[in-house]
Amino acid sequence: MTPRRKRLMLVVGILLGVSLATLFATRALRENLSYFYDPTQVAQGEAPRGRSIRVGGMVTKGSVKRESGSLEVKFDVTDFRHTVTVSYRGVLPDLFREGQGIIAHGQLASDRVFVADEVLAKHDEKYMPPEVKQSLKKPMNEGATP
Amino acid sequence: MIPEIGHLALILALVMAGLLVFFGLLGAWLEKVTWLAVVPFAVAGQWIFVATGFGCLTYAFVVHDFSVAYVADNSNLQLPLLYRIAGVWGAHEGSLLLWILILATWTLAVSRLSGGLPDRFRARVLGVLGLIGFSFLSFLLSTSSPFLRRVPVPDGADLNPLLQDPALAIHPPMLYAGYVGTSVAFAFAVAAMLEGRLDASWARWTRPWTTIAWVFLTCGIALGSWWAYYVLGWGGWWFWDAVENASFMPWLASTALIHSLAVTEKRGLFKSWTLLLAVSAFSLSLLGTFLVRSGVVVSVHAFASDPSRGIFILALLGFFILGSLLLYAWRAPTLGSEGGFALVSRESFLLMNNALLLASAGVVLLGTLMPMFMDAFSLGKISVGPPFYNVAFLVPTLPLILLVGVGMHASWKQAHLQRVGMRLAVFFAVAAVLSVAALAVAYGSFSVMTLLGCALGLFIVVSSLSVPWKKIRHRETLSRSVLGMCIAHMGLGIFALGVTVAQSYKIEKDISLAPGESYLLAGYRFSFESLHDVTGANWDGVEAKMVISAADRRVAVLYPQKRVYRVQRNPMTQAGISVGPTRDLFVALGEQLGEERWSMRLQYKPFIRFIWIGALAMAIGGLISVTDRRYRRPAAKNPGLPGGLGVAHDN
Amino acid sequence: MTTETSQSGSGRFSAFVPVLLFAVLLIVFAITLIKIGSNRLDIREIKSPLIGKPVPAFDLPSLNQPGARVSNAGLSGRAYVVNVWGTWCPECRAEHETLLRIAKDGQVSLIGIDWSDDAQLAQRWLQQLGNPYEQVASDVEGQAAVDFGVYGAPETFLVSADGVVLHKHLGALSWEDWQKEFVPLMVAAAKPVAGSSL
Repeated sequence: MTPRRKRLMLVVGILLGVSLATLFATRALRENLSYFYDPTQVAQGEAPRGRSIRVGGMVTKGSVKRESGSLEVKFDVTDFRHTVTVSYRGVLPDLFREGQGIIAHGQLASDRVFVADEVLAKHDEKYMPPEVKQSLKKPMNEGATP
Repeated sequence: MIPEIGHLALILALVMAGLLVFFGLLGAWLEKVTWLAVVPFAVAGQWIFVATGFGCLTYAFVVHDFSVAYVADNSNLQLPLLYRIAGVWGAHEGSLLLWILILATWTLAVSRLSGGLPDRFRARVLGVLGLIGFSFLSFLLSTSSPFLRRVPVPDGADLNPLLQDPALAIHPPMLYAGYVGTSVAFAFAVAAMLEGRLDASWARWTRPWTTIAWVFLTCGIALGSWWAYYVLGWGGWWFWDAVENASFMPWLASTALIHSLAVTEKRGLFKSWTLLLAVSAFSLSLLGTFLVRSGVVVSVHAFASDPSRGIFILALLGFFILGSLLLYAWRAPTLGSEGGFALVSRESFLLMNNALLLASAGVVLLGTLMPMFMDAFSLGKISVGPPFYNVAFLVPTLPLILLVGVGMHASWKQAHLQRVGMRLAVFFAVAAVLSVAALAVAYGSFSVMTLLGCALGLFIVVSSLSVPWKKIRHRETLSRSVLGMCIAHMGLGIFALGVTVAQSYKIEKDISLAPGESYLLAGYRFSFESLHDVTGANWDGVEAKMVISAADRRVAVLYPQKRVYRVQRNPMTQAGISVGPTRDLFVALGEQLGEERWSMRLQYKPFIRFIWIGALAMAIGGLISVTDRRYRRPAAKNPGLPGGLGVAHDN
Repeated sequence: MTTETSQSGSGRFSAFVPVLLFAVLLIVFAITLIKIGSNRLDIREIKSPLIGKPVPAFDLPSLNQPGARVSNAGLSGRAYVVNVWGTWCPECRAEHETLLRIAKDGQVSLIGIDWSDDAQLAQRWLQQLGNPYEQVASDVEGQAAVDFGVYGAPETFLVSADGVVLHKHLGALSWEDWQKEFVPLMVAAAKPVAGSSL
C-alpha cells in the first residue's frame, strides 16, 4: 500500500466511525427526548399518555396534600388557566414550595392526573422555569377563572 | 469610597488592556520594537488594577458594606467570613470579576514566564489575551458592575445557602482557572496564525500552558461533581446538566488538544488540526460562559439571566470565534505538515483519540443545544435527559478507552505492535477474568456492559503501569512526561472502574421512617435513632441520628441535617455520608411527613470514590508531565525561576 | 505535485467548514435570545380578572396592634395600595426599599397583607427593615390572598377611593414600576374626585 492509500483508509475509517457514532447518537436522541407540556395542553388532550413527558407550572397554594406519614404526595400545578394534579412518591426537592414554579417528569395517567417520577425545582429563588414562563405568557382563555 | 475606588480600578484596568492590545498587536504588526517594550507594563498594570478591583469588592463583603447592591444581595451579617469571601463570586457580577482576575493572572504569568519566546511572538500572544481582557472588562463595566450603590439596607439578603459549602468556595476559582486557561492556548494559536509560522518550538511553548489549564479544569469539574454529590444531587455525581456540559466540552477539547500538541511537538504533524483544537477549546469555554450567563438553556445552575447580557456575550462569542475561525480558514492551508506515518503508529492512535474525543464532545454539544434548536424553530419544547448521554456518550468513549490502553505502547512513525500485542492481549484477558471473578463474588451478577467497563478500566490501569515498569526493569530513564502520562491514563482507568461499578450496583430508596424504626438496604441496617434541633451561624435545623450496622456490627453513625437558612428561608439538605473505600452509605433527610415520620433517601454507592480519585490522578499526571525537563528554560537565562513554567505558576 | 495542489485546494475549502458551522450556531443563539427577550415580562402581563371590579372584602387581625382589625370597610372613601408580602419571600425584601420610598413620598397609604407568615418573624422584619405600611394585616390562613387571586408574593394592588381595583403588579415593585404604572392611574383617578384626600 502506498502511504497515500493508507492515509485514505485511515480517513475513511474515521469517517465511518464518526457516521456510525452519529447514527447511534441520533437514535438515542430520538428515543430519549421528553417533550414539555403545560397544564392547558394537558387539559386539552394534546399530551400523550403512556410516554415520558414533562409538565410544568406553579404549584397552587394550598394544594399540597399528603397522607400523614406517607411518602405519597399530591399537588396541583397550574398555568392559571388549567390545572393538573401531580402525584409523586418520594422525597421532594428542598425548594419545592407552594407558589413555586416546578417541572415534573413522568407519565400522564388520566386527563388530569400526572404521575411523576421526578420533581425539579431550581436552586435560585427568583427562578421560574423558562417553559413555565412562556406558557404563562400565552393569552388567557375566554372565561378563565382566577 | 472603597467601592468607587474598585470601580475606578476596573476602568483603569480596561485602559491597560486597551494599551496592551494596541502596543502588543499593532507593535508586532508594524515591527516597532519600542512599542513592544510597553507590553509587559500594560500586562502588569492590568493585573494590578483588576486585583485592586477584586480586593475592593472582597473588602466590601468582609466589612458588610450593604450600600453596595451586590453585597446586599449576596451577603448577610451572620454569614461566616469564609463564605463572605466566597460570596464575592457567588453571583453573576462577582464571578465575572473573578473570571477577569484569573485571565489577568494567566496573562501576567505568560508575560513573566515566557522569557524564551521571540519578542514579537510574545507581544502577539499577550495582545490577544489583552483583547479578551478588554472585551470582558467592557462587558463587566457596561452591563454587570458589582460596585453599583443602592439605598443601604440594615442587613443583606444572604448568600444562596447551596453555595455555603467549602467545596463550592474553591470550585469556581478552580474551574475558571481551567476555563480561562484555554485562552492561553488560543492566544498562542492566534499568534501563530498571525505570524504564519508554526514549528515544534511553538508546540513546546504551548504544551505546558495547555496542560496546566487542563489540570485546573479537571480539578474544577471533579470538585463540582463532588459538591453536587453531597449537597445538591441527593447522591448523584453527574447530571448531564447544561452547565455541567458547558464545562465538560472544553475539557474534552482540551484533552484532544493536549494529545494533538504531542504529535505537533514530536513529529511536526497535525499542525492545522492542533490550531483548530486550540481555537475550539477556547470557543467551547466562551460558549459555556454564554450558556451559563444568558439564560438560553434550562439549567439548575444557571445564573439569573438577563437577555441584554446575553446579547453582549453573544457579540463577544461571535467576534472571537468567527474571527479566529476566519483567520484559521485563511492561514491553516499554508501551514502544511511534512512527513508521513504508518497506519499503525502512535500518530494514528492519537488521531483516532482526537476523533473519538471530538465525537464525544459532539454528542454532549448535540444534547446540550438540541432543546434550544428545537425551540428556536418552534418544533416543541424538549429536554434531553441522562438516558441519551448514557447511551450516546459510551459509543465513542468505549473504543477510546481501549485505544488508550493500546496506543501508549505504540511508537512514533511506524509501530510494531506484534511485539507488545501478545502482552496486551494477556493484560486484557487477565483484566476480564479478574473482573468476572470480582463482580461475581462481590455482587453476584453482572451485565455485559458492566463487565466490559470493568475489564477496560482494569486493562488501562495494568497497561499504564506496565510502561514505567518496563522502563525501570530495563534501566531506562523514565521522563516525567511519560510518568505523568501513565498516571493520568491510570486515573482514567480508575475513573472508568468507579463509574461502571457505581452506576451498575447503586441502590437508592426513598422511605418514610419514624425514630426507633429501621430499614435494611444492601445488607446494611439503617436505624433512625433520634431527632434533635441544631443551630449554625446563620441557620437553624434538625438533625437525625442514624446508626448503620451490618451483621450486628456498628458500621457508622450519621447525622443528616435539614437546615433552614434564616434570611432566605430556604430549606437545605445536608446529607450524612459514610465514606469507605469500596462503598459510600448516604442518608439524606427529606421532610416531615407526619407527627414523627420523616421522608428519607437512603443510598448505597459502591466504589463511587474511584470517580474522584481517578480524576485526581489525571490531574496529578498532568502536573507531573508539566515539570518535565524539556519545558524548563536554560537555567542561565532565568536563575530566579528554577522550577520552570509549571511549578512557578502553581501559586 | 499535482496531488499536493488538489489537497491544499480541498484543504482551503474544508478550512471554511468550521466557520460555516459556527455561523449557523450563532444564528440559532440569536433567535433564542430574541425569543427569551420577548418572553421576559411573562406573568406580569397576565391581567387579573379583579381589575375594574370591587376590591374583595377582607377583615383581618392587625399584625402589630393587638386587637385591632384591618378591613376594606375601614378604608373606604380613600385610595390605597394593598401589598401582599411575607418574610419567606426574597423578592419582597428586594421591593422593600421601594415601599419605604413610596411611604416617604406620602401620596397614598400602603396596606400590607402579611401572607401565611409567622407573626413574630414579620414584626422583626418590619423593625429591622423599616415599616412602610399604614396598617398591616396578618393573613395566616391565606384567605384574603386567595380572594385577591394572589399566586405568589409579592403582589401589589391599587384600589381607588370608591373601592375598585385599578391595577395589579406581580413580583417585586421597583420605583420605575411605581412611577410608570401606579402614579398615572392615581393621578387620573384623583381628577374626577378632586378635593378628596388623595
